[in-house]
Amino acid sequence: MVNVIEIANVSVRLGDFLALRDISVNIQTGDFVAIIGPNGSGKSTLLRAILGLVPLESGRIKIFDKELRMIPPEWIGYVPQLKTVDRNFPAVTCDLVTSGIHRSWPGILTKKDHESVSEVLAMVGAEHLCHKPLGQLSGGELQRVYLARALVRKPKILLLDEPATGIDAVGEDYMYSILDEHLERADTTVLMVTHDWLTARHHANRVLLINHKLIAEGPPSEALNDKHLRAAFGHVGHAHDQPCDGASDV
Amino acid sequence: MFEALQYGFMQRALIAGLLTAVAASYYGVFVVQRGMSFLGNGLAHATFGGVALALLLNQEPLWVAVPFTVLVAVLITYVRDRTGLAPDTVIGIFFALSMALGIVFISRIQTYTTDAFHYLFGSILGVTDTDIRAAVFILFLILITLRLWGRWAYATIDREAALADRIPVKFDDYLLSVLIALTIVVSAKIVGIVLISAFLVIPAASARLVSRRFLGMTVVSVMIGVVTVIIGLMCSFQFDLPSGASIILVQALIFTVCLLISMVVGARASLKSKSAARSKS
Ligand SMILES: Nc1ncnc2c1ncn2[C@@H]1O[C@H](COP(=O)(O)OP(=O)(O)O)[C@@H](O)[C@H]1O
Ligand SMILES: [Mg+2]
Repeated sequence: MVNVIEIANVSVRLGDFLALRDISVNIQTGDFVAIIGPNGSGKSTLLRAILGLVPLESGRIKIFDKELRMIPPEWIGYVPQLKTVDRNFPAVTCDLVTSGIHRSWPGILTKKDHESVSEVLAMVGAEHLCHKPLGQLSGGELQRVYLARALVRKPKILLLDEPATGIDAVGEDYMYSILDEHLERADTTVLMVTHDWLTARHHANRVLLINHKLIAEGPPSEALNDKHLRAAFGHVGHAHDQPCDGASDV
Repeated sequence: MFEALQYGFMQRALIAGLLTAVAASYYGVFVVQRGMSFLGNGLAHATFGGVALALLLNQEPLWVAVPFTVLVAVLITYVRDRTGLAPDTVIGIFFALSMALGIVFISRIQTYTTDAFHYLFGSILGVTDTDIRAAVFILFLILITLRLWGRWAYATIDREAALADRIPVKFDDYLLSVLIALTIVVSAKIVGIVLISAFLVIPAASARLVSRRFLGMTVVSVMIGVVTVIIGLMCSFQFDLPSGASIILVQALIFTVCLLISMVVGARASLKSKSAARSKS
């Protein structure tokens, strides 16, 4: 087994706040890892640390046994939690998805671009949105388009930060079926932040339960026991009782 | 009308005007989409400080105003990056500081100079060969950085994604602000310091109103910049108006036209979707 991501004794400081404390974990090829924890527990920060978007206070992160800067950025697909796209920008959906291929904004789309983009938009059920201005997409539609932008580069690693936020229940099931289907065909390793541990139980083969520290790690059936959930959340309730962290972004 | 072209000063004004219009309306699309319109204003006033210093020292204004304005551009970008203060706050501070310095310098000048007037309000009479050479250089800089258009646009629409993809976003912030500073200094002679931020913003804003895609916005913006400078300078010659005001008035007219077009198109689209909804039900 190859370590896709190796996180060793990582701490991250944001301002004067230690958001991640001494986290160590290895993630292997083909893993579907759910990162679970309460609001503000450092889930997004962990993904951003893997991407090199926040500096490490200590520890190190290796990807495919190398430093991050030795890895082509195209190997990683990222769906951020805060929808950072400027929706006032004059662009249509297929422009945004194409930017995921080239790491640059497209002027004129080539035939090849169009083919890749149509294929991946069809995969997320958004082919009809291709020529729609970004400013006219709903939150759920934008979420699918974001997933398409991450998938279009055929990433080896997919980092998803609450990808289901803003999607209705049907859309959410649909999105997970897209992911499951994609993972069957492609050799992609997934890290997905979610506040919904029922979903995690269904789709993930491993769970990281974090609350600044790593509380538990392992297959969902082991990691998500009452003792661990209480340690992470302070109580054990139904997943949907948790306030939906980030819902206001949509 | 074409008799205007017989005059050397008019030829120089047109060449310099066209070159700086291309630059201003090209960078303008980034300025508008990044919400940095106020930066144009701040840098224009930095140019004022630089020009005033040059007049006091009796030097060619360009050679003092260029380093002065570029320095202010870099400082604005640096302080904004380091402090997390809102851009308009940082720009506002440097704006006032450069203006205050400019006023101090001007007050120390013993002799009256028309140059100061040219720079404040823009003039077709004052364009020198040095100004033209500087404008050609500005265009040259656009050509060699043209391939960065996609990267700058990418960081403009989604900075987080660009950072995750390891685009040198911060370096580009400095580069863009320096290029914009240079464009402003070189345009100052023709457009005038008090109007230059409009020169940077109106073509791009007009283009934004009628474009669905960023490439289209960029092309339309440059076209508007070029056309309005030609018409504006001709009017300036014909009616003996200060060139800056003349250009900006033409640009404001184009903006109004684009606004009307976008409103008509928008109304039509909503009418269409309404009637589509009606025929469905
Ligand atoms: N610039 C900052 N300075 C201090 N604390 C911060 C900063 N940014 C984020 N934090 C804190 O870091 C913690 C982790 O944030 P985040 O990773 O977004 O949490 P999650 O994704 O689990 O909800 C939060 O408690 C947040 O308040
Ligand atoms: Mg988060």
